[in-house]
Amino acid sequence: MPEQPAAERVQNFSEVPYGFSDDTAMAEAGRCLQCKKPTCMDGCPVGIDIPGFIKEIRDGNFLSAIEVIKQTNSLPAVCGRVCPQESQCEELCVLGKKFEPVAIGSLERFAADYERTREQLPLPARAPQTGKRVAIIGSGPAGLTAAGELNRLGHAVTVFEALHSPGGVLGYGIPEFRLPKEIVHYEIEALRRAGVEIVMNRVIGISETVDDLFDQGYDAIFLGTGAGLPMFLNIPGENLQGVYSANEYLTRSNLMKAYRFPEYDTPIIRADRVAVFGGGNVAMDSARTARRLGGKEVHLIYRRSRDEMPARKEEIHHADEEGVIFDILSNPLRFLGDDKGRVRGVECLKMKLGAPDDSGRRRPVPVEGSEFVVDIDVAIIAIGNAPNPILQKTTAGLKTGRHGTVEADGATQKTSKRGVFAGGDIVSGAATVIEAMGAGRRAAAAIDEYLKTGAW
Amino acid sequence: MHTIQSNELLSPTVGKMVVDAPYVAEHRKAGQFIILRIDEYGERVPLTIADADRGAGTITLYYQIVGTSTHKLSQLKKGDSLKDVAGPLGHPTEIKKYGTAVCVGGGIGIAPLYPIVGALKEAGNRVVVIIGARNRDLLILEKELGVLATEIVVCTDDGSHGKKGFVTDALKEVAGREKVDLVVAIGPVPMMKAVSELTRGMAIRTMVSLNSIMVDGTGMCGGCRVSVGGEKKFTCVDGPEFDGHQVDFAELMERLGAYRSEEKLSYDAHRHKCKLDGVLNDGR
Ligand SMILES: Cc1cc2nc3c(=O)[nH]c(=O)nc-3n(C[C@H](O)[C@H](O)[C@H](O)COP(=O)(O)OP(=O)(O)OC[C@H]3O[C@@H](n4cnc5c(N)ncnc54)[C@H](O)[C@@H]3O)c2cc1C
Ligand SMILES: Cc1cc2nc3c(=O)[nH]c(=O)nc-3n(C[C@H](O)[C@H](O)[C@H](O)COP(=O)(O)OP(=O)(O)OC[C@H]3O[C@@H](n4cnc5c(N)ncnc54)[C@H](O)[C@@H]3O)c2cc1C
Ligand code: SF4
Ligand code: SF4
Ligand code: FES
Repeated sequence: MPEQPAAERVQNFSEVPYGFSDDTAMAEAGRCLQCKKPTCMDGCPVGIDIPGFIKEIRDGNFLSAIEVIKQTNSLPAVCGRVCPQESQCEELCVLGKKFEPVAIGSLERFAADYERTREQLPLPARAPQTGKRVAIIGSGPAGLTAAGELNRLGHAVTVFEALHSPGGVLGYGIPEFRLPKEIVHYEIEALRRAGVEIVMNRVIGISETVDDLFDQGYDAIFLGTGAGLPMFLNIPGENLQGVYSANEYLTRSNLMKAYRFPEYDTPIIRADRVAVFGGGNVAMDSARTARRLGGKEVHLIYRRSRDEMPARKEEIHHADEEGVIFDILSNPLRFLGDDKGRVRGVECLKMKLGAPDDSGRRRPVPVEGSEFVVDIDVAIIAIGNAPNPILQKTTAGLKTGRHGTVEADGATQKTSKRGVFAGGDIVSGAATVIEAMGAGRRAAAAIDEYLKTGAW
Repeated sequence: MHTIQSNELLSPTVGKMVVDAPYVAEHRKAGQFIILRIDEYGERVPLTIADADRGAGTITLYYQIVGTSTHKLSQLKKGDSLKDVAGPLGHPTEIKKYGTAVCVGGGIGIAPLYPIVGALKEAGNRVVVIIGARNRDLLILEKELGVLATEIVVCTDDGSHGKKGFVTDALKEVAGREKVDLVVAIGPVPMMKAVSELTRGMAIRTMVSLNSIMVDGTGMCGGCRVSVGGEKKFTCVDGPEFDGHQVDFAELMERLGAYRSEEKLSYDAHRHKCKLDGVLNDGR
C-alpha cells in the first residue's frame, strides 16, 4: 500500500498508509483465487467470509463487501488497520506460500473506509425488545462488540466507561498515525445510533460494585475492563521527572491531544533525546510518537535481539524507517538524574543471547563489565500492562488467575459468578483487538442464551 | 454536561464553584475527589469534593488559581457548564472513633479538610481544627469549620488574621496540652512534610492527602505515582490519603514541578487569548 514518506511523516500525526484507490483495490481483489476451502478464514478470530467480501470488491460492489464483513466484524475500519494480519488471515493465505498473500487487511480497510466516507449501509435490523438489561463495563473492543451484538438481539445495553471518551486502547493507546480517532468515533457513533447507551466518566468498583448493578435491575453483566495497569522496571531513579509509562505518554498524546499543546491544555515533555524500553507494539508506538514530538535521537532499548521483538514486523520496519535507533541486547540498570530531579541518562548493561527459555526465545544474559550510559531527557517504559485490578478487588465471588486476570470459560466467557461474563485483555492478559472482539462476540451469544433460558 | 449553579471568587486567587453532578453528590464520601474537564481542549483536573447537596444534585469545589485550567475555571459563570465530571474517585477517608483528632489545613487544603472534619465529628471524635494560610485573603471556610469543630485555631504567616505563625506551632501547642490520637494534614507539600516530621517524634498517627499530577485518575497511567514506605503507590487509586510518616515528600515536590516550563507556555498562550477576547478580568 502506498505510504507517506518517512521524512515527511515524522513531522505530523497523519495516517501513514494512504489506503487503496478503487482500481488498486479491485486489482488486488482480483488476485484472490476464491479457494473452495479458504484457509485464510482459519486465521481470522471472528471468521470473516474472506473470499466472499473480496469477490464483491473485485466486482466493484463495495457496499456489498462491507455488508459481508459486518456480518461478523463490527469494527472493520479498525481491524483492517491494526490486526496483525501477517500472523493471522494473511499468514494462512495459499498465495503466500509462493507469492505475496492477498492484502486481506488492506482490502478490509478499503471496504470500511468506502462505507464511512462515500455510501452508508442502513442500520442493521434490531430484534424486538426483550425487556432484559445488560451492563457492559469498559468500552474497549471487547465491550463494544458485546454491546453491539446484544443490542441487535433486542436487549437494552448500557456501557459504563471510566474515561471521558469511549474506545479503550483504541482511543487512548494506539496513536493517531496508525488509527485516526475520527474512525473510532464514527464506529462508536454507529453503535449509539443503533441504540446502545454509553455512560462515560463512570468507574465501576469504587462507589458501586457489580452486585449493586444487579440490584439496579441489570440481568447480566459483561466485564471488559482490559489490561491497563502499567508495569515498571523497578530500578533506581524511575520516579524522576521525565520518566513515563507508555500508557501515560500515549494517553497524554492521543486521548488528551498533547501533540497539539498548547492549543490543547495537557502538556507533554518534548525532548531531543528519548529512550523507550521494550520491544512490542506499545514500544514502537511510543518511539514513533516521540519522533513526531520532536525527538531527534530516539533509542529503543531492548534486552533481546531484533528477531525476538514481539512487535509486528511492519511496525518495527516503520520505526526503523523513521530513524528510531535500536539499542538491542541492552538492559537498563538505573536512571540518572540532575539536581532538579529530572532524568538525564540511563545506565545499561550489554547482554548476549544464551540458551532458549520457556517462551522458546533465547534468554539474554548479562555481559560482565559492559555498563554504558545513554544521555536522555525523557524515558518511556513499555514493558507491558497487567489487568486493571479495581473490579477484581471489589467483586465478591469472582475467581481470578495468577496475574490478576479474571477466569472465564473459553467458549462462553462465563466467570465463576452467576450472571457475570468477562472477555478481552482482562481475561487473556494484554493481547489483540480482534481477539478481544472475538471474546465479546462469544460472550454476547452466551449472554443471550442465559437471558433466554436462565440456565447457568 | 454539568451546569454551574454558582461560581464566585472568595479572594483574588481562590474560587468556589457549585456545579451539577448528581451521581457524585449521591455517592461521594469524605476524602474523595473528582476529575473535571472544562471543555474539549481541557486537561483532566483533579479537585476534592468539598461538599455536596444530594437533594439538589450539586457538589461544591474550591480551587486556587495557579495556572491555565484553574484560571479558565475562574472565568466561568452561573449557567455555563463543565464538559465532564468523573467520580467520586480515590479511597474515602477511614472514619471511625479515634478519640481526639487534630485536623490541620493549609491554604486551599482547607477545602478537602472540611468534609473530613464533619465526618470525624459525626463519628464521635473530639475534633480540633487548625487552619492557616499566608495571609487573611487565602483563608477559606473559617466560619463553616468553626461551627463543625470542637475547637478551631486560626493562624496566618503574616499575622493579618488569627495567630501569627505556622500551623505546626499551633499543633505543637495542642499536642503539648492533650493526648492526640490522629492528625490529618492537608495543604501545600512543605506543610504536610513539616507536620509529619513533627508528629513522627510524638508518635501520632498522621494522614496526609497528596495532590500528585494526574491524568486518568483510574490507575492506568502511573503518572501520579509516589513513594510510600519505599513502595510505588498510585495516588489516584491507592490514595489520595497516605501515612504521612511513610511518604517521600521531596520526590513528590520534584514531580509536581515536571511541567513548569510547559505550564508557563500554556498560561502565556491562554492569557494572550484572553486579552484578545477581552476577558482577562481577575486580580492576577
Ligand atoms: C499502545 C498499544 C498499541 C496496541 N496496538 C495493537 C495493534 O496494533 N493491534 C492489535 O490487535 N492490538 C494492539 N494492542 C492491544 C489491544 O489494543 C488490546 O488487546 C485491546 O484493546 C483489548 O481490548 P479490551 O476491550 O479487552 O480492553 P481495553 O481496550 O483496554 O478497554 C478497556 C476499557 O475499560 C475501561 N475500564 C477499566 N476499568 C474500568 C472500570 N472499573 N469501570 C469502567 N470502565 C473501566 C478502560 O478505561 C478502557 O476504556 C495495542 C495495545 C496498546 C496499549
Ligand atoms: C486528589 C487531588 C485533589 C486536589 N484538590 C484540589 C482542590 O480541592 N483545590 C485546588 O485548588 N486544587 C486541588 N488539587 C490540585 C489541582 O488539581 C491543581 O492545582 C490543578 O490541576 C492545576 O491546574 P492549572 O492548569 O491551573 O495549573 P498548572 O499550570 O497545570 O500548574 C500550576 C501549578 O500547579 C501544580 N499542579 C499542576 N497539576 C497539578 C495537579 N494535577 N495536582 C496538583 N498540582 C498540580 C504544578 O506543580 C504547578 O506548580 C488537587 C489535586 C489532586 C491530585
Ligand atoms: S479481522 Fe483481522 S484477522 Fe480477520 S480478516 Fe480482518 S484483518 Fe484478517
Ligand atoms: S486463501 Fe488467499 S487466495 Fe484463497 S480465498 Fe483466502 S485470500 Fe483468497
Ligand atoms: S492518574 Fe493515572 S494512574 Fe493515577
